[in-house]
Amino acid sequence: MSEIIDRPLHDDEKPAASRLRIVDCDVHPSLHSTDDLNEFLPKRWQQHLREYGSHLRTPYLFTTPYPRSSPLIARRDAWPPTGGPPGSDLAFMQKQHLDPLDVEFGILQVLDLFIFSQQNLEFGAAIQRAINDWQLAFWSHRDPRLKASILVGQDGIDLAIAEIERCAKIGEYIQINVSPRANEPLGRRRYWPIYERAQALDLPLGIHVGGYGGHAPTGGGWPSYYVEEHQSNAHTIAAQLASLVIEGVLERFPKLKIVFIEGGFGWIPSAVWRMDQHFARFRSEVPHLKRKPSEYVREHFWFTTQPIDEPDEARHLRSLIEWVGIDRLLFSSDYPHWDFDDPRFAIKTPLTEAERKKIFSTNARAVYKF
Amino acid sequence: MTRHIVARTTEIPPGGNKVVDIAGRDIVVFHVNGEFFALLNRCPHEGAPLEKAACVARLTSPEPGIYQRSRVGEMLRCPWHGWEFDMRNGQSWFDPKRVKIRSYPVAVERGDELQKGPYVAETFPVHVEDSYVIVEV
Ligand code: FES
Repeated sequence: MSEIIDRPLHDDEKPAASRLRIVDCDVHPSLHSTDDLNEFLPKRWQQHLREYGSHLRTPYLFTTPYPRSSPLIARRDAWPPTGGPPGSDLAFMQKQHLDPLDVEFGILQVLDLFIFSQQNLEFGAAIQRAINDWQLAFWSHRDPRLKASILVGQDGIDLAIAEIERCAKIGEYIQINVSPRANEPLGRRRYWPIYERAQALDLPLGIHVGGYGGHAPTGGGWPSYYVEEHQSNAHTIAAQLASLVIEGVLERFPKLKIVFIEGGFGWIPSAVWRMDQHFARFRSEVPHLKRKPSEYVREHFWFTTQPIDEPDEARHLRSLIEWVGIDRLLFSSDYPHWDFDDPRFAIKTPLTEAERKKIFSTNARAVYKF
Repeated sequence: MTRHIVARTTEIPPGGNKVVDIAGRDIVVFHVNGEFFALLNRCPHEGAPLEKAACVARLTSPEPGIYQRSRVGEMLRCPWHGWEFDMRNGQSWFDPKRVKIRSYPVAVERGDELQKGPYVAETFPVHVEDSYVIVEV
């Protein structure tokens, strides 16, 4: 798994010398404070945020139910020297991440305020709208490498559709983000209007793990520890993959593209093998599916790499990548979070130049049309 | 191995560190409780800069509810994924045989001894009255 890196760096490991310009599909910007949103948030909701805070189904205000591994789940070296939380200072993000690692495009994934998990749907929609505007004004317009996503809460479906339409007119957003932990599994028909818009606008659906819906994060109940909860990201995504496939979303929306972000990919081969096996046996239960589940997965879904699995034997990772498909993987770093992956060292198995190019750049460029 | 003068002892406060470039290697020198340790400034996992590591203690628990802290400040916790290493020899706490940070011998010597040489960093002004940290690479 590891070796002592007891040598001067090779040229292509040196910052900014990587010949391959990369697309990083998971970069987390942060608010300095909620005041950043004031210019985008109507007075009524500013006051609401000040007086009532977030409406989350979690026990404590402004924190998470599990103590995370580091403050604000951040790399210790990612706190900007100018103050403010990690990810809040564009100049520092450029200097520490975008420039030295040669990031050609970085896709913003906003987790602030747990905006997907807001229970007051109108308040949630107001914050989502403000964050969507803030992504452009504070990030994309200041550094065109950084691409914004349209964040919507799918449980307020009419509000979500209105926001998608508003942002689509602006024309600068590259995907539609929804929560993996909504009130019902993602394949349910109540959410289909969002998929209809995504297909019509030719925008991928981005689903970043995390957040707290009304359910325990695992099917088995509430975990006791952060390390246990962290596993639940993969379970949740696996459940959502099955829901989207089996409920027939891809039959109904044959051009829909779906990107799962930060859910890992080690679990995908067995999930797909099992779905195919059951499909062969219980086909008559789901006659709306015309093809094997694996075919929908191979055509409609992409998966970001981080947090990448690190088996003891490098060749096992290689097999995993082949089973999932080189074409399905999109590099992501998760900057500035503690479990950040460095593009130069994260994938600990040999890849050919052509394969590296796909995972680090061209797959994402094709999905997002850069 | 060549000996390099890398700092005056007073330059690195207790609990602090200094990063030096020796023959193209980024090396970080820590000062802990009056002792100095030199390690490659790169985590063997994904290369995080160890100058930003947390200097923590060894924490053991013989039974639930009883905790013991020892070797305060001598364990490094990587600033990214939190792998822990022993600053004295670079060994990782979880897999000491396979995973370690390269470490380098360190000595502290007085200026009057140093003036006899031979040392590589000749341009480093050495004063008889000070003490210096020497790293062998
Ligand atoms: S880079 Fe140090 S633990 Fe990962």
